[in-house]
Order: sequence, then structure tokens, then C-alpha cells
Amino acid sequence: MATDVLAGPDDPRRAAPAEPPRRTRRRGGTRSGETAAGWLFVAPVIVILGLFMLLPILMALWVSLTDWNGQGSPFTSRVPLVGLDNYTDLFTRDGLARQNFMTSIRNNLYYVGIVVPVQTALALFLALVVNNRMLRGRGFFRAAFYFPSVTSSVAISVVFLFIFANAGAVNRLLALFGIDGPQWFADSRGVLHLLLGALGMDEPPRALTSGGPFGLAWWDWLSGPSVAMCSIIILVVWTTSGTFMLMFLAALQQVPETLEEAGKLDGATRWQRLRFITLPSLRPTMFLVLALGVIGSWQVFDQIYVMSQGDPAKTTLTPAYLSYRTAFRDFEYGSGAAISFVLFLIIILLTLGQRWLLRERDSGRRLRRRADRSGAETGRRS
Amino acid sequence: MARRFLRRATVAGIAATALLTSAACGSGFDDDAESSQTSGPAALQILIGSSGEAETKAVQEAAASWASASGNTATVTPAQDLVQQLGQALAGDAPPDVFYVDAGRFADYASVGALEPYGDKLADAGDFYPSLRTAFTRDGKLYCAPKDFSTLALQVNTDLWTKAGLTDADIPTTWDQFTATARKLKAKGVTPLAIGDTRDRIGAFMRQNGGWITSPDGKQATADTPENLQALQYVKSLLTEGLARYPKQLDAGWAGEAFGKGSAAMTIEGNWIKGALQNDFPNVKYTVHPLPAGPKGQGTLSFTTCWGIAAKSKFKDQAIKFVEAMVSVEQQMSFAKGFGVMPSRQAARDQYTQAFPADKAFVDGAEYAQGPVNAPKMDSVLADFDTGLQGLDRGDPKALLERVQKNTQAALAG
Repeated sequence: MATDVLAGPDDPRRAAPAEPPRRTRRRGGTRSGETAAGWLFVAPVIVILGLFMLLPILMALWVSLTDWNGQGSPFTSRVPLVGLDNYTDLFTRDGLARQNFMTSIRNNLYYVGIVVPVQTALALFLALVVNNRMLRGRGFFRAAFYFPSVTSSVAISVVFLFIFANAGAVNRLLALFGIDGPQWFADSRGVLHLLLGALGMDEPPRALTSGGPFGLAWWDWLSGPSVAMCSIIILVVWTTSGTFMLMFLAALQQVPETLEEAGKLDGATRWQRLRFITLPSLRPTMFLVLALGVIGSWQVFDQIYVMSQGDPAKTTLTPAYLSYRTAFRDFEYGSGAAISFVLFLIIILLTLGQRWLLRERDSGRRLRRRADRSGAETGRRS
Repeated sequence: MARRFLRRATVAGIAATALLTSAACGSGFDDDAESSQTSGPAALQILIGSSGEAETKAVQEAAASWASASGNTATVTPAQDLVQQLGQALAGDAPPDVFYVDAGRFADYASVGALEPYGDKLADAGDFYPSLRTAFTRDGKLYCAPKDFSTLALQVNTDLWTKAGLTDADIPTTWDQFTATARKLKAKGVTPLAIGDTRDRIGAFMRQNGGWITSPDGKQATADTPENLQALQYVKSLLTEGLARYPKQLDAGWAGEAFGKGSAAMTIEGNWIKGALQNDFPNVKYTVHPLPAGPKGQGTLSFTTCWGIAAKSKFKDQAIKFVEAMVSVEQQMSFAKGFGVMPSRQAARDQYTQAFPADKAFVDGAEYAQGPVNAPKMDSVLADFDTGLQGLDRGDPKALLERVQKNTQAALAG
């Protein structure tokens, strides 16, 4: 339509015979116009993103290379430039900065390592349950499972503080079964430590109390998430699995029923149908959920800020919270910015790694073929 | 129609690009070195970290009456999070003219040149308690006027005390007596002491044994000393024997709450506990006593805040006048009555003890109190020390002090 109007007074209907050559001639012109128009259309977004995302990110990158103390602008000649010192402090120099950073990395590794698989599995399970046509009151369950995700994370965190208080609901419940619940938010011992303690091993083995990479003893790396961290993990799994359930549900409803029926006709068991039909068709969603899960859990901040502020004994310190604390509490803006860029790199690398792991390979086709074969075999057998 | 649209879009795009470039490089990040003093009526911006409604109201009223008497205007803003808001304001080059500066944070601000050292210009700066002046002195210069202060003392729950068969004679004045009394309480099934798990409480024991984290001038790390070790070992023995408990173990947010709920017979808190108990636990009966003395005599910790004036303020002269009005004896006494703080002037001492005789132990503490560590970049070091103290009951005090020593040395050097 735009070309018609651009053609001006020429009535396209009258000029019909000459149309084919003119069109080809015009196409080039329109295309170049399209490019310009395209840029113009996206210009507002580019400007907004550039102004409010790219520019601040570049500014932060600059700050991470300086020793800016938060007085006045960081872009003057008076701000001392320290090169990569802020980064090397985090990795190679023995000191409090490295110790805090490595502790936060350890905490977050355990956090991601537990939260991502558990929430993905739970979300998939919930989606399968809710997708079941035999289930009554599906709407109700869908809403109930999704509900924690739409509630404010701060509000939920505060409620959890009450639930996990020493005389709170969880410990009362445990007391009913004669279990003396832990002091959830005051207990800095690692779970692994506790488990070994239950087996009678109270002192860490001598070989593990020293050495270890990056200034943290092996025992510190290996003792597992603290009890306090576990309660935050429980909270996060509960709140986020609803969102991911919704994604899985949407994907499940895209799986053609014919495939499922074909599997049934071929005599595949319920487990086989799940393993070889449903899961492979969920692969893109699985990647989305895992990627979002990893990104979100490396960036965990609000729960920590509300519930524990890194306590007890730094066992709930995470890089995102540490970055905030270093910059805005200790006025070491350079170091804080450096932490956030390292976090950014970690997330990028992990997401790329995930993409590589979950890429579409021949194996997908092979799996399907295997499914067909095994389906056929069972069919033959029956 | 489309042609017109294209033209418009082009204009918009060019405008947006221009905006981006101007924002990126046009605004002139190089700021002027010094802002000049402006005379005439001032519009003072005052940022306070208020303890609550009562304090906000009292400061607002005081500021309003100063403003109307002097012909200036003064806007008091209570901060949600003073450290963060102040940090952003300083980074944005638009700090408030006058703001609260906590003694624990003072060195951070003073060392980066955010504060105007106006102590010399104050009329009678010598009247402030010496320990409070030290807390706000750096390189021999008094930077700002302390607005009030608090010290730690021992609170004793009267009901639990008599229930356990103890009398006033049992109120401990030394560490040995404290241990003996605590054992008696424990034998009756009462948790003897609720104590906060930070250096701001446990540090008092270090003082009573003659130790501290830094040297008096704040230049040397003195964490790893036999005095400190002995003090921490004493606290550790209290914890492992069950004579003292941290608030979290008593299911309380802070020691005062545990004390108010009757979970412990004694606690070590500052004079803020008065207001807190009145609000939350009005029925608790208690008495206040000086902290038990250690082997090296009496020791307590003081906490104070000063009226900082921004080095970049345009109204420094007026701001100093404002601070003088705020720290006058009458004004401090009215603050004391309004929200229960202790005046920072020695001249107000008698008036205060007459009005609040129960607070004698707190006021007397000013004589032998130790202020917070007065050195920059120590906050994360001390936070790390707190982390160690949280696990003191099963940790190694010697290793902890060595760690603090190492980190303090690094912080003081850098």
C-alpha cells in the first residue's frame, strides 16, 4: 500500500500493462527505503535501550576499572584508574575481597545446583499433572500452582521468615513427629556437615581444613549449603516453579495428540511415551526453562536482601548481593562493579554451555527412530 | 501521507540520536572543584536517619523553629536507608547540606573528603564529651558536632531476679561475680544473659580487658593481642556453658526483644532499650547497672551520631548556625525528652540525670566508653568479624582474631 501511495498521481490500474518492468525497477528503490524506514521504526527502542541500558553498562564497566570512591562524577581525570586490579583482587590476591567473593560463589553454586534441577523437575511434574485430561478442577490447580509466582517476592519472603522461625510452623510440625527442628535462619552449618555429624563425624578431616582453591579451604567448598540457605532454596523453588509450569503447560498443549495416540497404538507404555514422545518435543521449552532458571538463580537478590542479608556467617551471601553491599555499603564502587561483571560473564558462559548441550543434534532423530522401533517391537510382542 | 510520516520519523530519529549523543558526552562530567558559599537566606536540605516517628517529628519541629527565627528554610527528610541514600547523593554530586553521620561510618566519609571539618568554628566545641570528640576527629581535626550518644549497660529483669532468689547484692560488678550469678540463674532454669552477636556488644568485654581492634589513633591493627583473646575466650565460655545466648537462639530479633519477652534475666544493651521496652513490653520491670568490670577495669562501648555538613554544600555558614542551634543544651534536652537520647554536652549532664535518674549507669559510661572503630574501609572487616562472632561458641577465638588482624592491616594500609 505504501508503494502505491508513493507512486503518486499515477493510477496503478491505468498503468497496468507497463507494470512488470516497473515493479522490478521499483523494488530496489522500495527495498532501500524499507531499510531506512526499518531503522527509523526501531530508532526509539534503540535510543531508549542505548540510553538506559547500554550506556549505563559501559559506564559501570568504566567504574570497574577505577578506584572511584563515590564522590562526584567517576568520569573526571581525578578518579584514579587502577586497570584490572579490582578483578585480580577477586581471584588472585589473598584478602577479604577474594574471601567474600569466593564464599558468595560457593553459596551460589550450591544454590543454582539445587534450585535449577529441582524447580525444573517440579515444574514439569506439575505441568504434566495439570495437563492430564482426567484431572478434575484443572483450572483450580493451575491457578493454585501459579499463585506464588504472581505474589510479590518480598511479601512471600517475609511470610517464610515467620514460617521458618524457631517456634514457627515448620518447627511445630517437626515437633509433632518428635523432631527437634533447627534454628533455620541462625544455623550456618552446611547440610553435608550436619549429615556427617549425624554419622558421628563431627570434626572435618584434617586434609580438608586447609589448602583449597582461591583461599577457601576444601572443607568450606564442600560442606554444602547452610541450613539457612536451604530454607531460601525451598522458598525459591516453590515460588518459581509455577511460572515454569506455565511454560511447560503451553508447550505440552502444542504436542500433537496424534503422536501420543500413535504411540499408544504402537503399544508404548506410559513411561515410554513420556520419555520418547513428550520430552523430545519439549526440548526448546526445556532449554528456555533451564536458561531462565540459571540466569535467575545466579542473580538472586531480593530474597537474600529481605531474609538474611548474607547472614548467618556469610552462608547466604551471593555475588549479586555482595556486589550491592560492596558498592553501596562499603563505597568500593569499582570492586562492586567488577563483581557484577564477573557475574555477567559466568551467566553468559553457562547459558552458552547450555545451548551447546541442548542443541538439536542427530541424536534427536535417532531417539525418535529408537522410539518407533521399540514401539514397534512392543507392538509385535503384544 | 506516508511521505509525511517518513519525514516525521526521520526528524524524530535525528532528535533521538542527538539526545543520545548529548547525554553521552555533552553534559560535561568534569565538575567544578569547589562550590562557593552563597550568602543570603539559605534553603537547607537535611537528611536524617530517624529512629522513628518521635525523632522525625522532634527534628522537624526544631528545624522549623530555627528556620523561622533565622529567616532561612530547612527541609528535613527522614531517610529510608541513610547510608545508601547518602552514597547516591554524594555520587550524584548533590548531597544534602546537613546529614546524620554515624560514628562507625565517619572515617569513610571524612577520608574521601565528603565532610566539611567545621569543628573549630563551633562556639564551645570543648564541651562535648572527650570520647565523643575522638570519635569524630581525624588527623587532629574535629569534623562534626556529636548530636547525642548512647552507651551499653547491664539490664536486669527484676521479676526473674527475685524469682531465682537473688537480691541486689547479687548484681555483678566483676567478671567472676557475673559467672557466679549466671550459674545461679541457670540452676533455676533461667537463661542468664541475652547478648547481641556483634562486636558492638561483645567488644565491650574486649575493652574491659584492655584490648580493642585498633590502636587509639586508629592507625594500627591491634586485634590479635592476648587481652582480646582472653576476652573472647571468656565470652565463649559463657556461650558454651549456656550462661549466655544469642538473640536468634532465643527466637528474638535482638537481645532487647528476648529480654522483654522474659527469655533471659539480663541483657547488655544501650539506652534505646528504654523506649523499645516501653512500646513493646510495657510490663517488664528492670533496673540498669554499669557493665561488670573486667580484669583491666570498667569498659563499655559508646555509639554516637554527628551533624555532618557536606563539603559541597552551598550554605556552609548557615548550616553551621543550624547545627549550633541543634546541639545547644536546651535543644538537646528537648530531644532527650522527645525520643530518649542522651545529650552530647557535659553541660547538660546534670539536667539530664535529674530528669532521668534511672539512666545514671548509661551517662556514667561516657567516662570510660570506647567509640566505634575510627578508620575508613573497616566496615567489611568488622562485618567479617561479626561473622566469626556468630559462630564463636564453636569457633576458635585465636584464629578469628588472626583473621581480623590480617584484614584490618590490609584495610588500614590501603
